[in-house]
This record gives sequence, C-alpha cells and structure tokens, in this order.
Amino acid sequence: MKKILLSGMLMFLASAAVYAGGYRVAAQGQRALAMGHAGVGVVNSAETAFFNPSGLVYLEDRFTVSAGITGVFSNVKWQNENTGQFAETDSPMGTPFYFHASYKINEWLAVGLTVTTPFGNTVEWEKDWEGSHLVNDIELAAIFVQPLLSVKLSEHFSIGGGPIYATGNVNFNRNANRTLTNEEGERSNITIDDSGVTNWGWSASFMFTPIEELRIGFNYRSEIILDAEGGEATFSEFPDSSLTPQNGTTEFNASLPMPAELTIGFAYEMNEKWLFAFDYQRAYWDVYNSLDIEFADPSLGTSINPRNYKNASTYRFGAQYIANDKLTLRAGYYFDESPVQAGFFAPETPRNDANGYTAGLSFNVTESLAIDASFLYLRFKEVDASYDSYFENGQAVPFRGTYKSSAFLPGIGVTYKL
Amino acid sequence: MNKIYLKFLPLVAFGFLACEPEFDESVEENEMYTAGEADFSTYVAVGNSLTAGYADNALYRQGQMNSLPNIMAGQFERVGGGEFTQPLMADNLGGLKLNGQIISGNRLVLSTTSGSPSPAPIAGEPQTEVTNKLSGSFNNMGVPGAKSFHLAAPGYGNVAGVASGQANPYFARFSSSDNATIIDDALAQNPTFFSLWIGNNDILGFATSGGAGVDQTGNLDPLTYGGNDITDPNVFAQTYSDLASSLSANASGGVVYNIPNITNIPFFNVIAPDVVPLDEQTAAQLNAGFQAYNSQVLPGLVQFGIISAEEAQLRQVNFQAGNNYVTLVDEDLTDISQILQGPPFNLPAQQAQLLGQIRQANDNDLIPLTASSVIGSTVGGDPTQINGVSIPLSDQYVLTSSEIEMVQNARMSYNATIQSIAEANNLVMVDADALLSDVSQGIPFEGGIITSEFVTGGGFSLDGVHLTPRGYALVANETIRLINQKYGSNIPQVILGSYGTINFSDDVMN
Repeated sequence: MKKILLSGMLMFLASAAVYAGGYRVAAQGQRALAMGHAGVGVVNSAETAFFNPSGLVYLEDRFTVSAGITGVFSNVKWQNENTGQFAETDSPMGTPFYFHASYKINEWLAVGLTVTTPFGNTVEWEKDWEGSHLVNDIELAAIFVQPLLSVKLSEHFSIGGGPIYATGNVNFNRNANRTLTNEEGERSNITIDDSGVTNWGWSASFMFTPIEELRIGFNYRSEIILDAEGGEATFSEFPDSSLTPQNGTTEFNASLPMPAELTIGFAYEMNEKWLFAFDYQRAYWDVYNSLDIEFADPSLGTSINPRNYKNASTYRFGAQYIANDKLTLRAGYYFDESPVQAGFFAPETPRNDANGYTAGLSFNVTESLAIDASFLYLRFKEVDASYDSYFENGQAVPFRGTYKSSAFLPGIGVTYKL
Repeated sequence: MNKIYLKFLPLVAFGFLACEPEFDESVEENEMYTAGEADFSTYVAVGNSLTAGYADNALYRQGQMNSLPNIMAGQFERVGGGEFTQPLMADNLGGLKLNGQIISGNRLVLSTTSGSPSPAPIAGEPQTEVTNKLSGSFNNMGVPGAKSFHLAAPGYGNVAGVASGQANPYFARFSSSDNATIIDDALAQNPTFFSLWIGNNDILGFATSGGAGVDQTGNLDPLTYGGNDITDPNVFAQTYSDLASSLSANASGGVVYNIPNITNIPFFNVIAPDVVPLDEQTAAQLNAGFQAYNSQVLPGLVQFGIISAEEAQLRQVNFQAGNNYVTLVDEDLTDISQILQGPPFNLPAQQAQLLGQIRQANDNDLIPLTASSVIGSTVGGDPTQINGVSIPLSDQYVLTSSEIEMVQNARMSYNATIQSIAEANNLVMVDADALLSDVSQGIPFEGGIITSEFVTGGGFSLDGVHLTPRGYALVANETIRLINQKYGSNIPQVILGSYGTINFSDDVMN
C-alpha cells in the first residue's frame, strides 16, 4: 500500500511545472516597446545595445544611457462550462526593467553594457482553485547582464555582440494532487524555490546599411540553460501519515531553459519625421521539451513534466513620428505566436497567440535628457485548451477549460546623452 | 468643480474595465445555464446523515463541505441558487460533547500505527458542544440518525432529551425551539426547491446491529420502537406522504431518493462468513469436540421430534483445513439449551448454553464490520475459547438470512411508497438503490474507478456505511442529471476526481 501511494505521489509531482509557456518578457526599451518592440534595425539610443549591439557604433553621441521600468498588469480568467467552475488570477504587478549604456571609443569601435530582464513570469491563481494541482502561483525572473562590443567594418556594415551572464530565481507552488489534505482539511502542497541560479550565454549581431535611410539588422541571442542545483522543495500541509510524503524540505535539481532567439528586420527612415520598423523574430522554444525535477529524497524520485514547446515566431511593426524638437510619438503592433502546443496548455502561463498594441512618446526635457513612455496592451483570443499530461492512478486526467487573458504594460524610462 | 470631476469617473472606470478579459459567454455571470421550470433560489435539504454530510463515523467540517446537498447547491448557484447554509461542526474531528462529556467519538482515518493500514479515530479533543445552540436557520436540515418519523417528532431537537436518547444531539444544536420538528424548521424557510432522503435508518439500525432489534411491522406506534427496530411500512408510508406533500406544497420542485440495498455496503462485505482460517490439526481438534453433538445429539433431537431433520442439518458444525464459516447464535433456531441439560444428554449447563442455538454461518449470512475485532479473539485468554469458532458469535455480530429478509421486505415496501409518492407529487426520484448497486460493480471516471470496495474503492468512507465526498458527488451528479431531465434546466455536473475519498493520518487515538 505504501509503495502504491508513494508512486501515486510521484504521479502528482509529475505534473509539476516550474516554467511556463512563452515566459519571454518583451519590455527591454520604452522607445522600442512603443514601436511594437521592434528595433533590430533601429539606431536611436542606448536601447540599441539590446536590440542590435552592432548598431551602437552608429550612435551619434559619445556616451548614452537608457534606463526604464515597466509595470506588468496581467489578468487571466478560466472557466469550464461543463462543470460551471471559474477562476481568475490575482497576480501582483510584474516589474521588468532595463539599463543600457553605450560608449563610443572612436568612429569604428563602441562598447556597451546592458542589464535586462528578458524572461519572467508572475501568475497567482486563487489558492486551491480547480487547477491548483497544476499551479497555485509561480514567480520566475531572470536577469541578463551583457558587456558588448560594436565594430564598424565598413560604412555599410558593422558587427557586434558579447557574452551574457544570466542569473535567475524561481518560486512555484501547487497542490500535491486534486484531493489530498492534512488533518485540518487544508490541501497538501509543494513549493519549489531556488535563487541565484547562473549560467553564461552570448549574442552576435550585424547591421547592414545599404543606403542611409535603410538599416537591415540581424541579432542572435544564444540559449541559456539555468541549472537549478540544490534548490529547496518544501512539502506542506501533508497529513501525518507514513502513506504520504512528510512535511519538510528536501533538495531538488532541475534545468530551466531560456531559449535562443533570432531576429531579422529593418528600419526605414522615410523622411526627417517618419521612421518605420519591422522585425521578424524566431524563438527556439523546442529546447523546452520537458521539465524534469529530481528530488534529493530518493523516495520522491524524479518528476517528468512534458512541455513539448515548439519554435514560435513574432512579427513586429512600428512607426515613429518626430513632431518637433521636444516631442516624438510612436506606435506599433505585434503578433506573438504561442510556443504552447495543443494538449500542453498549462495554467502557470496560459499564453495563447497574442496581439500587442503599443504606443508611446519621448519628451526631450533638455538637449541631453529625454523621458520615454510606452504603453502596451496585449490582447489574447478566448481559447479552449487543455493540459493532458497530468496523471492519477496511471490515467491521464486532462485539465480543460476556456481561457481569456489580457495584459497592459505601462512603462517609463529616461535616455541620457553626453 | 467636484461635479465636473465626477463626470469623468465612469470614463476612468471604463478605462480599467476595458483591460479586464471578458468571456463571450461567462460562467461566472451565469450566461450559459437555465433553471428551466424550477426555482432554486431557496434550496432546503431534508434527511439524515446522508444529507448532513456524515462520513467516517462522524459529522465533521470537511465532510459537511462535501455533503450531497452542498455539492448540489454549488451547482445550483449557476442557475440562481442562493446561499446554502449548514450547521457546521466546530472542528474537523467530528466528536460530540454534551455538557463537556464526549458522547460521540472522532472521525475515522486510515492509520498505519498498528502496522498494516486500518481505520482508527483521529486524535484530538472535540470542540463541538451540543448545548451550544447555533442561531439562524439552515438550508441543510440533514440530521444524522433520524428515521422517517423523527422528522415530524416534536422534542427531537430538545437538548434536555439528548442524554436519555429521546432527542438527537445533532438536531439539538440547531433546532429553532425545544419543541420544534425538523420538517417545520425546513418549511419555515419557504423552500422553492427541496430534497428529501429519509428512511435509511428505519432499517439500518436493525441491520448494523446484526438484527438485535425488532421488526415492528404491524406495530403502528413508533413511540414504542427501540433504536434498532425496523419501522412498520405503513408508518413509513404515512409519514413519508405527509413530508413530501408539505414540502411540495409551495415549492417549484423537489427530489426524493429511495433506500439503497444494505447488502451492497462495505459494512457487510469486508468480512466474509468463512473468515476463519484453520490448519488441519486445529480443525480435527475442534471437530472432535463437536463429534458427539453432530452424530448423537442432533439425530437424537430429530428422533424426539424437537427439531426437524432440516434444522439438524443446518446445525451441523464441521471444520476443515482452510477457510471455515464462523459459528453463531441464531435466534431463529430452536433453543435446546434446557433439553440438553436433561436426560438423556445430561450436558453441563455451560456447554448446553453454548450449543443452545448454535450453527455455522453460510453464504446467505452477512457479518457486520463490528465483528472484525471479535472473531478470532479468545474469551478470557483461554486459547480453546475462540469467538466465532468454539464460542458462537452473539446475535449482534451476524445478520442472518432471515434477518436480511425482514430488512429487504421493509425496504422494498418503503421504496414502493417513495416511488408512488414521487409520482403523485410530480417529483424527481433518484434511484439511489440502483446507483449504489452500480458502484458495487464499479463506475469509471476520469482518473480512476469508483467502487464499494472498503478503503480502496473510493465510494464509501471508513465506517463502511456512509459515502465519501466522491461518493456524494456521484449521487449529486445523478441528481442533477435527473433534475435537468425533469425541469428542462441545464445545471452543470461536477468532476468526481476533484472530490476526495478517505483520509490518512497516523495521529490517532491510542
């Protein structure tokens, strides 16, 4: 009996998901964000350091800095019309931020530094909601620090790139299964927590400027796998029984992939007032095939969590209008294809295909200081979806429902030039 | 100035609302479901332990949250159902105190403290004091232990009568007055919809006590009944008719449940009648002890015309290597204890008493779960005095085939009454009998199969009689299906796998 129950517990754990679909956060520059987060062909501020490092050498200013922060207000609703159940998230505000700096050493060489949060996810469902055996809440954040070099090889061509140092943390809680409680009737749950998980990656880029008005960009950021080793798994509200796992902590190991990303695109400066940009982006999410959580306690074993993500594309369109010396207006749109495949829609990041509508402005306070503001409204279609890889008693128990999400992200930043 | 600002407030509010995701058809806003011809705004559930949410030998909070009517009321909310209040116990232990004295024990959990997993009462001091009167009225009028006629019995909720057994401790906690009846307290809430599941205890006490009570068929005065007696079917019919018609009078609709077959419940199926394992040597020893009885006493009694040859055959006691049927005292047998003490048998009084109404069980008998600690135990530590083997089990530990017949006769009559009264009052009738009979065959759901297997089946709680939350959810779904059929509503059903079964804990009473 004990063995049956313990292996049952493993089944419960098998549904654990530390990461979510499409946990890429696109908020690494207010100017670009206002233009649909397109920027691989745009050279206008230190934001270029993130979108296309090879463009830094084309910046007019010797030293320039951009920094900003964005508030992510997201809301997801779930319902199941067959059972009459519903729930919604009450997620705290996410706060992705960025810092970019560029220093031009001479006409053909520039150095830069970026600190960004390109991956993250914060979702908090009502505790013990119907899908609580998959997730109660999750908080995931990664910070990328990247020193850069940008080299102009000719008037028309430059290259850039540099190593990336990534550090991440994760906190994830869900219930042990659909029914287990302690003596007081509180649902048994497991929290997985780790922070300061680090690894290295790199990026490389080029910029081709055939004519003055047109810049064509290419940027590749490598995948970075964060290996959480010796993280802390906490078992809570389990009954005092030898038939179930004990309350307390054990260590766990897991690998958390940040997928590689390829961007190609262009920016076209129609005249002194108007600029148009387009980016095509491919994120190599297929690296996120399965999340395996290996517990140090041998009786808990390893939990296998199929994710089966697919590579996904994003199409970004942006426009910029320089109204006068003081004011620049921007607007954009993007279509973000979800990497989540049918049957793998887990509620810890219920991201289906999204339409992003963006707008923003820059206000030049002085010659050297500008305030950048942006606003993004992310609209998701209502979607009927399921996660089919949760098992009880060896049987798949799909978690089904209809999801409807939206997010709005107001952001503010500054650009300083010397 | 302020007014001008106020004008813009709705616009600001709209700006934020626009960011809220909205479903095309929202479950939360009740845009998908219809109540049909029924009105679920005030749902009142009347009944016994099966309505109260009793499980694992106690009424406790977790069980109440998963009570049959509470599960249904949760779904009724989608079609205009109002709040469903329950007389919640003070804790999740389930024990009851009367003036500080524990009168009812804590709920059972599956414990491994004794080695192999077995049910045991959870540890802890119960906090539910019967004399602490709850205020207000309650939609869940399920009272554990109530028989049909108790629902209309004044004083059944009088705390002063609890100690003497005249009143019910559960109803005493929330009756509107000392003289109130369950049915009047239910009707006072003006239910627009009701459920009535009553009659189970009118036979159950008799059955679980191994037929220790009396079959009162023919006795029309329930005031003279004992707790373990079978209620007369005419008393049941009259009571039931009154209950159903008074509940129906002003309600838009209602649902009644019939009485399931007690022979399907784990309480009577955990212990097989041939539960006694013996090796060849012990069997031979035992047989030697009964040899004279089998070969001389019984034929002698037939010869004298005291018992029939048929009864002599029934009374043979034989053991063999392997599984053996338990021995028991059957009150339907001729009592030969006096005769055996006289000539020509001249047996000592003690032995004559033992053989007085002894027989071995057969496959038509049922052994209640309560016998599990008795069978195989010795009397006063004497290894030759083994209960259920050399010492017959007393009446309360066996429900004999003739006792089963009394139970079934009464139950069939009750169920015929329930069906005809349901039809007369145009009510939904849930065939709980058929449903639980299906459970004993196994009903699959997404993630498992619900059966009536003790401990592992998922349908029945650890007392072997009452359902688990999953079992109650199964009944709720069947009820909702029939309600939808009858009233043209489309109330959604629940997911069985989301409802728990038995609870584990090693924190148990020693």
